[in-house]
Amino acid sequence: MSFSADLDIRVTDSSLRDGSHAKQHQFTVEHVRSIVGALDDAGVPVIEVTHGDGLGGSSFNYGFSHTPEQELIKAAVQTAKRAKIAFLMLPGLGVQDDIREAAGNGASVCRIATHCTEADISVQHFGLARDLGLETVGFLMMAHSQPPEVLAKQARIMADAGCQCVYVVDSAGALIMEQTSDRISALVAELGPDAQVGFHGHENLGLGVANSVLAVRAGALQIDGSTRRFGAGAGNTPVEAFAAVAEKLGIRTGIDTLKIIDAAEDVVRPIMDGECLLDRLSLTMGYAGVYSSFLKHADRQARKYGVSGAEILIEAGRRKLVGGQEDQLIEIAVALAGKREEA
Amino acid sequence: MTKASAAIVGSGNIGTDLMYKLLRSEAIEPRWMIGVDPDSPGLKRAQEHGLITSAGGADWLLAQDERPDIVFEATSAYVHKVNAPKYEALGIQAVDLTPAALGPAVVPAVNLGAHLDAPNVSLITCGGQATIPMVYAVSRVTEVAYAEIVASVASPSAGPGTRANIDEFTKTTSRGIETIGGAERGKAIIILNPAEPPMLMQDTVFCSIPVDADRDAIAASIRDVVASVASYVPGYRLRAEPQFDDPTPVSGGLARVAVFLEVEGAGDFLPPYSGNLDIMTAAATKVGEGFAQRIVSGRVPS
Repeated sequence: MSFSADLDIRVTDSSLRDGSHAKQHQFTVEHVRSIVGALDDAGVPVIEVTHGDGLGGSSFNYGFSHTPEQELIKAAVQTAKRAKIAFLMLPGLGVQDDIREAAGNGASVCRIATHCTEADISVQHFGLARDLGLETVGFLMMAHSQPPEVLAKQARIMADAGCQCVYVVDSAGALIMEQTSDRISALVAELGPDAQVGFHGHENLGLGVANSVLAVRAGALQIDGSTRRFGAGAGNTPVEAFAAVAEKLGIRTGIDTLKIIDAAEDVVRPIMDGECLLDRLSLTMGYAGVYSSFLKHADRQARKYGVSGAEILIEAGRRKLVGGQEDQLIEIAVALAGKREEA
Repeated sequence: MTKASAAIVGSGNIGTDLMYKLLRSEAIEPRWMIGVDPDSPGLKRAQEHGLITSAGGADWLLAQDERPDIVFEATSAYVHKVNAPKYEALGIQAVDLTPAALGPAVVPAVNLGAHLDAPNVSLITCGGQATIPMVYAVSRVTEVAYAEIVASVASPSAGPGTRANIDEFTKTTSRGIETIGGAERGKAIIILNPAEPPMLMQDTVFCSIPVDADRDAIAASIRDVVASVASYVPGYRLRAEPQFDDPTPVSGGLARVAVFLEVEGAGDFLPPYSGNLDIMTAAATKVGEGFAQRIVSGRVPS
């Protein structure tokens, strides 16, 4: 089965959403115009633009945006000639009015994310998105933390609510090879013709491209990546590498490999504050199963309180924190600093 | 007769937990438990504790010769909107534990005294009960242009109503942060965490403060209000000292104080991790006791 007559799978680039974490949410309209222009020209079919934590993410807890995300969405829509513009929202953080505003600004793909056991909080939002005529995608985040059969049941809740493609989202970059394909297969078996299945990978164990290929072989029709890995943690599956691998494997993505390689080097890299690295902290996240967006927050708190960032992340893993609980990293750092003083 | 009489309408988990708290109250006598399902375990439990029970709903209750002074409603927003005018017509004060938000919003540690004669008061949300007192604690000392709360709740303690209407939680709580907490602008975030064993309810409150605000006075005010909430929610406590931050680009250029809270339930009926539900039934009890004292003192001696 293919995504469409022209594409075997469809790729969504998340540089301007997951990359927002790496950029500490300081994207400008100019950044968005440059990246969208280059990716669109290279044939990337969907480009996601939002605060890293989704609509309404601009906050003390996640970091305030430099430019309001709705302005960035507008700029992306104006710039793209072919690509669809997508946005992310997390129920409990964003609200339905945010979806209406993004739709009004011309975005056409609504991606709704919940922790992978909490799909039922997304029902009203999927209903609204479909009523507005938006294409819908569901994100089951931290998918490594639950077995395939649990994920499949949660995927069913989203599909029944109006979700057209449910993603296995490896937020912690912790899935290893068959752990990815087993989860994709379980969703494909559960959803059948009712919804597509997608995969969103991170590089915290260095497996973004490999996991994505396994996901495609298991039946995923949509794959996420970020050009130059511009994303949370060690970054996302690099779109330019995935496009190259897909081309070699005869998987049609519609992306011009040489053009996306140039875009990664000449357009995206200069906008990044630094490369997304597989270093001590990001590897710790994959190893301990920690939400990738915690990286910059853990690093900032480690500096403020003079404690180890890796220890903060390991404790976050031990407490089984889920996406959104960035506030807890401060409290963990305070506790670690307190312990150190006692010693 | 030194106690006010009360009926609990809604015999589910919240109503049952509330019953145990009211049975201990020196100001309130819970006399009725009203449900809609004759097989409801809540009605059986209430019967065992000597309450009059009926599965006939609020209409049955209001058709009796003797009526309660106070009704606690733990049904749904929809049902409460239907029932509230009937209670008011009969002069029965209502404490609303649903998200209907018909009457003025009350957080006992902040504004209970202002609404003791209101026919109907709303308890906002669990996140609001836990966090609004902290916003108030800061805003009574210094200007709070913006306050933001993050409520983390154990998945098993978030019921189907909350899940189906999660926007209601964020919007109602945001409004309470502004109108009762005293912040110019409020934002609320709720996170459901499925960790096993279930985590206690944890709340973080961020308030923007002027760069030159008196940080010692803010911290002292926070500790005072924590003690005042803990007087009716014993499991309410700080998990760390208030933390202050200077402005940075990611903080939107705002200086801030962060308050880290934990709410452990009393375990009356609901498990202790359900601090989010416990703080609602504890606040309802506190509000009801405020009503009761006024009702009892207003009675003509016979």
